[in-house]
Amino acid sequence: MTARALFPVDTLSLEQRRLLEALTGSVTPEQARWISGYFAGLEAGIARLADGGALPSGPLPSTRTLTILHGGETGNCAALALSVAAAASAQGVSAEAFDMAGYKPRRLKEEQDLLVIVSTHGEGDPPQPALDFFEYVEGAKAPKLPELRYSVLALGDSSYEHYCEAGKRLDRRLEALGATRLAPRADCDVDFDETAAQWSAEALALIAAQAGAGREVPAPADPAFPAATAHDKRNPFEARILENIPIVGRDSTKETRHIELDIADSGLVYEPGDALGVIARNDPALVAALIEASGLSGDSPLSVKGESTTLAQALESHFEIALTPPRFLDHWAGLTGAAPLLRLSGDDDGKAERLAWLRGHHIIDIVRRFPLPGLDAETFVAGLRPLQPRLYSLSSSLSAMPDEAHITLAPVRYQLHGEARHGVASAHLADRGQAGGTLPVYVQPNEQFRLPEDDKAMIMIGAGTGIAPYRAFLQEREARGSTGRSWLFFGERNFRSDFLYQTEWQAWLKDGLLGRMDVAFSRDRGGRAYVQDRMIERSADLFAWLEEGATLYLCGDAARMAPDVHETLISIVASEGGLERQGAEGYVRELQRSRRYQRDVY
Amino acid sequence: MAETDTLVDRSKDLSQPLDRLSADERLKLASNYLRGTIATGLLDRITGAVPADDTRLMKIHGMYQQDDRDLRDERRRQKLEPAYRFMIRVRLPGGVCTPGQWLKLDALARAHGGGTLRLTTRQTFQFHWVLKEDVRAAIQGLHEVLLDTIAACGDVSRNVMCAADPEDSALHAELFAAAQEVSARYLPQTRAYHEIWYGEEKVAGSVDEEPFYGATYLPRKFKIGFVAPPSNDIDVYTQDLGFIAIGGPDGLEGFNVAIGGGMGRTDNEPATYPRLAEVIGYIPKDRLVATTGAVMSVQRDYGNRLERNRARFKYTIDDKGLDWIKAEIEARLGAPFEPARPFRFDSNGDRFGWRETGSGRSSCTLFVESGRLSNRPGRAVLDGMRAIAQVHRGSIRVTPNQNLVVAGVEPGDRPAIEALLAEHGLAADGLSGIRRNSIACVALPTCGLAMAEAERYLPDILGRIEALLAAHDLIDEDITFRISGCPNGCSRPYVAEIALTGRAPGKYNLYLGGGFHGERLARMVRENVGESEILALLEELLGRFARERRPAERLGDFAERSQFLSGADPHPGSQP
Ligand code: SRM
Ligand SMILES: Cc1cc2nc3c(=O)[nH]c(=O)nc-3n(C[C@H](O)[C@H](O)[C@H](O)COP(=O)(O)OP(=O)(O)OC[C@H]3O[C@@H](n4cnc5c(N)ncnc54)[C@H](O)[C@@H]3O)c2cc1C
Ligand SMILES: Cc1cc2nc3c(=O)[nH]c(=O)nc-3n(C[C@H](O)[C@H](O)[C@H](O)COP(=O)(O)O)c2cc1C
Ligand code: SF4
Repeated sequence: MTARALFPVDTLSLEQRRLLEALTGSVTPEQARWISGYFAGLEAGIARLADGGALPSGPLPSTRTLTILHGGETGNCAALALSVAAAASAQGVSAEAFDMAGYKPRRLKEEQDLLVIVSTHGEGDPPQPALDFFEYVEGAKAPKLPELRYSVLALGDSSYEHYCEAGKRLDRRLEALGATRLAPRADCDVDFDETAAQWSAEALALIAAQAGAGREVPAPADPAFPAATAHDKRNPFEARILENIPIVGRDSTKETRHIELDIADSGLVYEPGDALGVIARNDPALVAALIEASGLSGDSPLSVKGESTTLAQALESHFEIALTPPRFLDHWAGLTGAAPLLRLSGDDDGKAERLAWLRGHHIIDIVRRFPLPGLDAETFVAGLRPLQPRLYSLSSSLSAMPDEAHITLAPVRYQLHGEARHGVASAHLADRGQAGGTLPVYVQPNEQFRLPEDDKAMIMIGAGTGIAPYRAFLQEREARGSTGRSWLFFGERNFRSDFLYQTEWQAWLKDGLLGRMDVAFSRDRGGRAYVQDRMIERSADLFAWLEEGATLYLCGDAARMAPDVHETLISIVASEGGLERQGAEGYVRELQRSRRYQRDVY
Repeated sequence: MAETDTLVDRSKDLSQPLDRLSADERLKLASNYLRGTIATGLLDRITGAVPADDTRLMKIHGMYQQDDRDLRDERRRQKLEPAYRFMIRVRLPGGVCTPGQWLKLDALARAHGGGTLRLTTRQTFQFHWVLKEDVRAAIQGLHEVLLDTIAACGDVSRNVMCAADPEDSALHAELFAAAQEVSARYLPQTRAYHEIWYGEEKVAGSVDEEPFYGATYLPRKFKIGFVAPPSNDIDVYTQDLGFIAIGGPDGLEGFNVAIGGGMGRTDNEPATYPRLAEVIGYIPKDRLVATTGAVMSVQRDYGNRLERNRARFKYTIDDKGLDWIKAEIEARLGAPFEPARPFRFDSNGDRFGWRETGSGRSSCTLFVESGRLSNRPGRAVLDGMRAIAQVHRGSIRVTPNQNLVVAGVEPGDRPAIEALLAEHGLAADGLSGIRRNSIACVALPTCGLAMAEAERYLPDILGRIEALLAAHDLIDEDITFRISGCPNGCSRPYVAEIALTGRAPGKYNLYLGGGFHGERLARMVRENVGESEILALLEELLGRFARERRPAERLGDFAERSQFLSGADPHPGSQP
């Protein structure tokens, strides 16, 4: 039975539904009957829930689970895992065996009894397929495991210098994470059968002994109802940077990065579709260059919003100092009286020409070309705008990654006047945002970009970093066990280097959470293609999905991709739906009205 | 056969019910004669790979899915799939190609193969680094010059080897013809290759048949080679089926037949081992094709189809007994083997440089370091060979030692070719005796089974060994050295005087004492050791060799004779 079967969707918050589903998933029929009885005693029950009374814990049949994890390259561990599982069930202990390769390490938190069978490869290294698992367990993000009881069987070859090293490492690490060692680790040489058999017998005996003894239903952790977070633009949270790596392959023409932030205990809560606000600082090198060009001194005192500071500090953290706002043009024209500036500034005709010119002349270019002797700091900054936060679509889901916020960054770099220039946040994150450091962030909710109901279909279209929120969408749907179909269109430059999160999409395609995926690469030899080309190839199905109620999402580049995709959508509706242009536009407009066509473009 | 059947254990061969056979056997049977889902897999845009089952089927089409192992870990972190590429192996019986074919191979290597060609120890070419979307183009390009890759890999008769014979004797012409005939005779007949790679229509109503192989082909790869004494360049004792040419006053008369050779072994699996082929008798040349069929059919019918690691012919022989196998072959031939004729081998290496080959023609054998043709600064081997192919009118041969013979050079062309060799630094002069006799398998970064470096490591390790040799004044001594990145032994290490097989990065098993002309297996003297330990032991061996060797005694023979190898047990399966 699912929670939705019990409650109309909207009477419960997402969180509540999730908890209830988790609970219903975990209880035995008797427990379920008991709980329904509990709720039946309405007055008493609800009242007690209200003042926080948890479910009374009484003796109930064992709910302890046994998981067997194996990691290897040449099949020995896998084979052993199977026989241990068999041995377990022979003793009435039900066990599940997983390959570390496919196992979601975040599940460790839920595990109760764990038997690990792992071999060593390379020069004392973990087996290739288990590298992700090791990285997680040995990494900073590994959870404490006080509930866990475990034992490790290490396979190896004593003719190697680092004998059974991988097994030893896991054994140490699990202990360090607070888990209890059930039976001591056993190290096996290439003739491992006997040692393995003894180890398995010992471990299973201990586990079987426990089974059957009274256990309590794990009481649900207190629901994290989306508490209004204390953090915002003005009061960002200093999030620790857990990871910040390029995720495009060698010889990519891109530099796209994946960034993971730790938001534990921040009170920050977000939903898939939301963006993360990042308070970036200007590149100190640019600050210095600008100060030099302006002929001022970096430590000239200055008061910004009542706070006294220095020019250098103010330029680094309070003002936009790259792009020239028209305001600065007027300001500087007034101060210098320079004819070319005066001609461009002022009244609004020639606006287009002005913007074009400004795009090619950033503040430092103007200051260099029209210097102003005897300038003072106050006057200089008077023409500047306050530094704005930058937004990044969250590419993770809290229900899959509690305490984390992931973003996907495509750094902005360009040449201007023979100089390498870069975006403020881009450079801050790409060049100065090493893991271990911190980043001031807040959540920017986006109610306009939300998952459909769990059983509804969705079509996601994105190019480049526009794919970021869809990663959050699928993580969320996976965590919720949503049944709705999903179809993803993705575009980038080169298949081999720029297929962002490729292995994750592949895994979701494999297990069916992602039903279809169409990709378009614009710079591959033999045929450049864009997402809209793939949409056209799939016109019939695409329209059919829409007719059947699918929600369509569009995310990414606002300048070129979004308009093209929008146009394509209209023409597909026209051709497939046999409509005039106007009718097709109406159809699409109606989709937007009914929130079945949602856009997040930038 | 009927009466022999009753005497022999058939619990692991083709006669067993399907569900008992190994996964590979069931896959072949279900593949509709090697089609599987290859055609659709090529269209999948989400991955540069093909479905796992298809990768197995594609072997018999002559191609291997691989990935750039140098990038594996990096790409895993980047959440990108491995850098999948395809290795494409050409079928080239006897290793002979025309200059025209060479130019095409060269062009395809530059267009699709990352600008490099690999010469193999079975005398053919491999392309590496071919992208999924380029495989068809490469195969069709080969088709234009009448080359294909059918049966270059997989559970069938592999590229048939033939003595490179730079002397160009009349005998070689006959041997080469024989190799080609045997190769053609035992090719798979399925149309799958033509449909998938050439895009040919499935002939309506046509049913594929494999009159010889049947739908499950052979239990494992099967290797045939022809050799012309006194050179044992093809290492006839490592072939599943070897034909040793016996000549008379008027050319080729017949063959001594050797069966049951093979190198592959797996660490910590005593049931697997290298084994030398044994000569079981002589046949007149007109029985060649029949004999080949009889031998292969015995392996087809009795080979182990339950345990793939025991499926090679060498194990079938050891399981059933050589006498039984020989009797079974004779029964199928309807005639006994004649007693083997005498013959003599003196080396399994190549002889480099120019030699006259009669009627004014000449040939030149070129040294190609670990068989890699590419354009490295200073050594533009690929460019050099292209230039030669543009003027040359004879043939170009790949030797079993991964070298090249520019054969049948017309007197008029020789000056031009000599000039080109000099210009591109292709002349093999000034090489140490050990380098001249060295082979390295491909290994990293392309080989999926490699545990350590081989091709990329050969130049360094040889440099260090040469230093030891020089110190003992042995620099010109011919010594066979072979290195493989794993115990499978693609460089035929177990018949080398000094050999290394990879165990893990930087770690090797060290073998010593193989016969200089491939007649004796080497023995493992150190397991899983690093370079310093290897060099230390070689220093000791070479020192004693320099002091204690008998006149003209080979290093391998010395190692055997001296107590040097005491302790190291001979391989199971090695000859008494
Ligand atoms: C290219 C070549 C080595 C070279 O540098 O020249 C080669 C390369 C590979 N061999 Fe080999 N073998 C090559 C000659 C050999 C030989 C030597 C010979 O045949 O004279 C042997 C030892 C003789 C024998 O077969 O026993 C050999 C024994 C193996 C084995 C072990 C077979 C066994 O019975 O255990 C494997 C692994 C397997 O088949 O499972 C193997 C598998 C492989 C594969 C395809 C790896 C794989 O299965 O994934 C290698 C591809 C590496 C790459 O990146 O190119 N290769 N392989 C040779 C190609 C020959 C050809 O043109 O057909
Ligand atoms: C809702 C939302 C979601 C977003 N999601 C993401 C995301 O998931 N991933 C992502 O990477 N970004 C995302 N962005 C964009 C991101 O917020 C920033 O705009 C982007 O990273 C650039 O910021 P920056 O500070 O690095 O560059 P800035 O300092 O803002 O500089 C960018 C400016 O540089 C100028 N410029 C660029 N090229 C040139 C040139 N050749 N010549 C002259 N001037 C030039 C342009 O004026 C451009 O506007 C999102 C934006 C929004 C609004
Ligand atoms: C390339 C390679 C490297 C190895 N390195 C080590 C090592 O450093 N230490 C060790 O104890 N065992 C090492 N081994 C041995 C394996 O751990 C052992 O064979 C084990 O049984 C493999 O189990 P699996 O098939 O489940 O991976 C290595 C094996 C291989 C093939
Ligand atoms: S010997 Fe091993 S490493 Fe070398 S090519 Fe053969 S399979 Fe690969």
